[in-house]
Parts: sequence; C-alpha cells; structure tokens
Amino acid sequence: MSDTGTYRPLSYFQLMEVTLRELLVEKGLVTEEEIAAEVEAMRNRGYERGSRVVARAWVDPEYKKRLLADGTKACEELGLEIPGLRLLVVENTPEVHNAIVCTLCSCYPRMLLGIPPDWYKSRNYRSRMVREPRAVLAEFGLHVSENVTIRVHDSTADMRYMVLPMRPAGADGWSEERLASIVSRDSMIGVAVPKGPND
Amino acid sequence: MADPLFRPGERVRVLKAYPLGHVRTPYYVRGCTGTVERVLGPFPNPEELAQMRDGLPALPLYRVRFLQKDVWPDYAGSANDVLEVEIFQHWLEKI
Repeated sequence: MSDTGTYRPLSYFQLMEVTLRELLVEKGLVTEEEIAAEVEAMRNRGYERGSRVVARAWVDPEYKKRLLADGTKACEELGLEIPGLRLLVVENTPEVHNAIVCTLCSCYPRMLLGIPPDWYKSRNYRSRMVREPRAVLAEFGLHVSENVTIRVHDSTADMRYMVLPMRPAGADGWSEERLASIVSRDSMIGVAVPKGPND
Repeated sequence: MADPLFRPGERVRVLKAYPLGHVRTPYYVRGCTGTVERVLGPFPNPEELAQMRDGLPALPLYRVRFLQKDVWPDYAGSANDVLEVEIFQHWLEKI
C-alpha cells in the first residue's frame, strides 16, 4: 500500500527552506510565481543539451578541440546558457575510459544533464566508484578491458565534469540530430557507452 | 590570488591532516602522492566560505592524478587505472 496520507512534521532542512523562501517573498526579492517557474524549469531539464554538445563534437573536430580546451565557452558557443558552470569535458579514447563521481556530495553538471539520477547520489555509488570502479561499471553492464585505463574523476571542488564518449562504429554519415539521439545520460557520466547500429 | 606553487607534471603529496570544519579534500587521498594534471585557476577557499567569510585571497586549485594502487594498496583493477581529484594548494606539498 502506498504511503500517501501519513502526517510527517517538516525536517530541519525543510523548515529552513520554507522559512527562507517565505522571507524572500515577504521582502519582495522574489515572487512565489518566479520560484515555482524555476522549480519547474529545473524539473523539466533533461540531458538533451549534453547530447547535443557531444554530437557536435563528433561531427566537428575543431569544435571538439575547443570543447576539450574550455568546456564552458564551447557550450556557450552553441547558445547554451550555463551560468556559473565551470565545465571540464574528458574524452574517452580506445586507451582511456572516463567516469564521473562526487564522493563528498552530488556535484553534477545539472545545466547540461538535468537532475542527477538517484544512484549518482547514493552512498553505494559515491564510495565504491573511486575504490572499485571496474566492479561498479560491471554492475551497470559495462565491462572495460584490462588494457583500457580507467580514469575516475571525483568532482570535489569547483569544476563539473562531463564525459565525451566515443562515437560508435557504423554511425558514419548520420546527421548531428540522429547522433545526439544515441548519446545517453549514463554515457556522459561514464557508466555506459553509446550504442550504435552494430551493437 | 596566491601564486601557483606547482606545475603540471610535478609530484605532490596531499597533507595528512584532519582539521575540523568544511573541507573539500576527501579523506581517502590524504597522505597520498600524485601528479599535478593541470592548474584550474584561482578559487575562493571553501573552508573560509563555509564560515561566511569571503575566502580571499583566492587559492590555486589543481587537478591531481593518483594511481589507484597508490591510493588503495589492494586495488583490484589494472595497474594503470587512475583517480583525479581537485585539491586546493594549501593541501599540497612538494616531494
């Protein structure tokens, strides 16, 4: 039976959020409508922007260079507004597989990938991804060869990370839009790889 | 900001210190030795920001690369596997 009717008092942090929000509204700094609109915008944000960036990098080698040199600027170049995001894009190659984690909290490039999945915020993923990444990736169904170096990025401070996955074989001649459609959220976190027509 | 003391490629050790307060240096790399992968630029000190101060002068932030086997002696994967962590300058020492 789903638990829909139980009364629960607000937690410490919920109470703090309500108090702060009501104060900001009372002082006229923001309106209820603005807050509701922002919450809705955050909820609706998916990972499509990230996919778009990856697809562009796949079809345009010069863009890829700029993306790897300065992720923030390269996103702005596509007209993506990513205020405050210091983005570092890390490239998968036949020799190196990258994966992202935030062991201290749940830092995530939300402006590009939306709200992080629950598992990304779980203690299990956060503690084990830095300790036994190969075992964790295998649980996601990704078996990385011993000949490939695994590079795990712990976003501990001010940068946010996104993986630039490898373009799958057999997707030559695809349009940028079609390429973007195979770039999954998980492939940009590094716990999966995009599936091409041959997979 | 404070001048960067380390360059890409330099070997550094993370301080083995356990101060109280809000610290962005994970426990698991404290005392570990790694290599500076890149200098990320100046950022306000998060330990100061957490105390409602301005965190200035900004400190150089580094991305430091550690071999997994230098962090976890019993690491089970490839000997080449690495971990990269952002670490502020005051947590690093030359070796």
